[in-house]
Amino acid sequence: MKHIQADVVIVGAGGAGLRASIAIAEANPDLEVALISKVYPMRSHTCAAEGGAAGVKRSDDSLEMHFNDTVSGGDWLCDQDVVEYFVEQAPRELVQLEHWGCPWSRDEDGSVAVRPFGGMKKERTWYAADKSGFHILHTLFQTSLQHPSIKRYDEFFALDLIQEDGKCRGVVALEMRSGRYFHFSGKAVILATGGAGKIFPFTTNGAIKTGDGMAMAYRAGVPLKDMEFVQYHPTGLPGTGILLTEGCRGEGGVLVNKDGYRFLQDYDMGPETPLGKPVFKSMELGPRDRLSQAFWHEQKKGNTVETAWGDCVLLDMRHLGAQRILERLPLVHELAKSYVGVDMITDPVPVRPVVHYMMGGIDTNINGETPMPGLFAIGETACGSLNGANRLGSNSLTELLVFGKRAAATAAQYAADTDGPANQADLDEQAEAIVSRIRELLQCNGDETISGIRREMMNSLEEGAGIYRDEEGTEAACKKIAELQVRSASIEVNDKSNVFNTDLQGLLELQNMLDVAECVAEASNARKESRGAHQRMDYVERDDENYLKHSQSFRQPGERPRIGWLDVTITRSQPGVRDYSGGKK
Amino acid sequence: MSRQPYVRPISKTTWYMRNGRYKIYMLREMTSFLVVFYTFLTIVALSTLAADSPAAWQNFISSQQGPGMVVFHALALLYFLFFQTFPWFKLAPKAMPVQIGEKKLPGSYIVIGHYVAWVFISAVIFWLAGAL
Amino acid sequence: MEIRQIELEVMRYDPEKDKQPWFQQYTVPCQEDWAILDALNYVKDNLDTTLAYRWSCHMMVCGSCGMMVNGEPSLTCKTFVRDLPGKVRVEPLENFPIERDLVVVLDDVMQKLHKVQPYIIRKDDPPPEGVEYTQSRGALAKFKQLTMCINCMCCYSACPQYGLDNNFIGPAALALAHRYNLDSRDQGKSQRLDILADHDGVWDCSFVGACSEVCPKHVDPAAAIQQMKIDGALEFWKQKLGFPGGES
Repeated sequence: MKHIQADVVIVGAGGAGLRASIAIAEANPDLEVALISKVYPMRSHTCAAEGGAAGVKRSDDSLEMHFNDTVSGGDWLCDQDVVEYFVEQAPRELVQLEHWGCPWSRDEDGSVAVRPFGGMKKERTWYAADKSGFHILHTLFQTSLQHPSIKRYDEFFALDLIQEDGKCRGVVALEMRSGRYFHFSGKAVILATGGAGKIFPFTTNGAIKTGDGMAMAYRAGVPLKDMEFVQYHPTGLPGTGILLTEGCRGEGGVLVNKDGYRFLQDYDMGPETPLGKPVFKSMELGPRDRLSQAFWHEQKKGNTVETAWGDCVLLDMRHLGAQRILERLPLVHELAKSYVGVDMITDPVPVRPVVHYMMGGIDTNINGETPMPGLFAIGETACGSLNGANRLGSNSLTELLVFGKRAAATAAQYAADTDGPANQADLDEQAEAIVSRIRELLQCNGDETISGIRREMMNSLEEGAGIYRDEEGTEAACKKIAELQVRSASIEVNDKSNVFNTDLQGLLELQNMLDVAECVAEASNARKESRGAHQRMDYVERDDENYLKHSQSFRQPGERPRIGWLDVTITRSQPGVRDYSGGKK
Repeated sequence: MSRQPYVRPISKTTWYMRNGRYKIYMLREMTSFLVVFYTFLTIVALSTLAADSPAAWQNFISSQQGPGMVVFHALALLYFLFFQTFPWFKLAPKAMPVQIGEKKLPGSYIVIGHYVAWVFISAVIFWLAGAL
Repeated sequence: MEIRQIELEVMRYDPEKDKQPWFQQYTVPCQEDWAILDALNYVKDNLDTTLAYRWSCHMMVCGSCGMMVNGEPSLTCKTFVRDLPGKVRVEPLENFPIERDLVVVLDDVMQKLHKVQPYIIRKDDPPPEGVEYTQSRGALAKFKQLTMCINCMCCYSACPQYGLDNNFIGPAALALAHRYNLDSRDQGKSQRLDILADHDGVWDCSFVGACSEVCPKHVDPAAAIQQMKIDGALEFWKQKLGFPGGES
């Protein structure tokens, strides 16, 4: 096993990991950063984000408004100190990206343009046409290249964490091209591995989003927080699940059912707004959880359109005109044309809700610190409780930046203040044990398959922990996942090669996904109320008395996870009513 | 065991047979043979002039006016047109884009500009040739 | 949805077993709306778990799944079964060493992306923290197209110049350098010129134009390189004739 020594080890080179690396390289160029990623940085899923990044920009907007939108959007499950810090830092970080060359779209006067987004009271979403995440990722990657203290390890698959006396001390990873194992020792480890949308059958997420970081932390004893909150984006292309950005609605696109009726007005988001004149925080600019739930009801009522890919509603953008669509939404225009054969300039596009984002993740605080000293987490893989029970569109790209930077500063300080390990031999032994576990996997026999177990996992989660849930469904999902955990030991890895063994990688990712899935199912089962993206048919009301709390899933080897509860930090906004009538109520 | 990246061999002499795009490129590059020929022809013409012998010059002119040479020159002109003039003029807007404000000047303007300049310069040369 | 049986011919190479690559045939029942990537995923999930290839987003933006499809460098998520009658042949991107099956070694191009200094270089101070540069829409339009590159490396695979001599910096990296040269916020053009106008830079390009033809994002690196040649030549004469350096 090869041993690599670094001050800070960062796992994941998407938006969050890159932002953190740059922050450390700028502030402490003497600290060695090892940046490990299972893919080349440009492949990270940040690139698929389309709509934009939120930060107060206009003079008629305010930090207070951004704060209130985020907290009510998150159904008061956000930690408000985190939200306060976030809204304050957001504009600064977005300008920082501008200084690094991000090609933000511009207004006539040459300043950065902002667009409306769901659940936001003002235009405050900075965008680069409809490839905002792509441009942010490439800007960060290219900017990172000028810092020699950032040593990249591309296409290294992180396996598990190394710890000493409850402190995180490093990570073991597999170099995909050679099959060699690497022991990365670091005084601090930052996980920035993204979400886990691939635990569901129908998702906007790329193949790589298998919850690796969440699972590593969970196996190391760190709780996963608020895992029951899974965001369905209301406008995914049927079949592939490709995202059609919220920017479509921000620019004025509307959702209609099979009768051409703008059904959102029936679900507390009316009154109907004039075509092409969207009103903030109402109708199509409502929050994602509400819109996806409205689809579910329309489907039950038989109001959806039947397509070759199942039931859909229609996203109508024809009134925007060709010029606006091609200028502001060129990617989604091309995607709809290629994948469902619809030109949105002339025809409405069939869409349906699709799993998009995990509000939950590794339990972290405002500094990105997890309960395990030396272990930090940022981005979608973390749950710093900015997003609460439902994330507002365009808050997550900014979250990567704001907390990527803050966690980096905390981690760098921690690394500077921390001595080396007391017993290196013990750490090496742990690393060997991790490698042995992987080698044993390669020897397993049995008739289960990766794709078979994966399919069953996805379907059981969709059934039991989808847009609407109940006791029976979540309980069934918990049992099913537990069963699959056992059965996954009988998967045979057919590929025995050391070189780029994606069969082995697929199994490791499946194990990670099963760990994450059991937390999603268990936390959904435990939260007996409806809040934000977690809707229970057997507990339809929000219950602030008992559940104004974060759930924590703790791993219990061989058993179902234990659920604990953590208080929500409330500074100035007491739980209230989420009003998406555009102020008409 | 382990890594042994495989490098697919590329023939230094026949690589361009791999696809149509490369073949067209090679046909374009083959105009260089014609360029060599015309360079040589120019040198011959110049040395004939330098010899200060009207008969030799007349001989040279006649040699270029036989039916064989006329056909050759016509074919060479067509070859140049199809493999140099047309493709390069078509590509001109890419190499020399003109942007006014937010919009790029339509490529067709730049292409047409090239053809107009070509006709004009040819006319000047013919005029000069006739006048001299 | 209609299903069509496709004969898929996939190049395989496992350095621990094979002396050289070979082709394996798979018969894949394809839905009419499938891309070649979906067919590969079908093979991976149902027929042969040992097949190695890269992919992630399945929406033309991560750049992972560039491969040769019927001899053409293509993004397999953007190449549809419906457009390919008959047998389909999938190979790893040409001009790169094959690591394993459809996975190629990208070290060289990653170094080249690094080499061209693709980041904002300033001689003057940038605006203070929190204050943005003003950039007109026209100034943005100048380089916007060049920011669309997803680094799928199809262009390197199409470039015969790079195939014959991989010292050539090549299409995507040169286009990236030009993107920063054209950005009104950047002042690094003359610094990059030393690399770009060097022996392995723009002058190695003989304008075959294949890079632009295969580019799935219409970045048009060939055009960028020709523009850089003009820039380079102008810069050379400016310096010769003693004009002040033409900084953008």
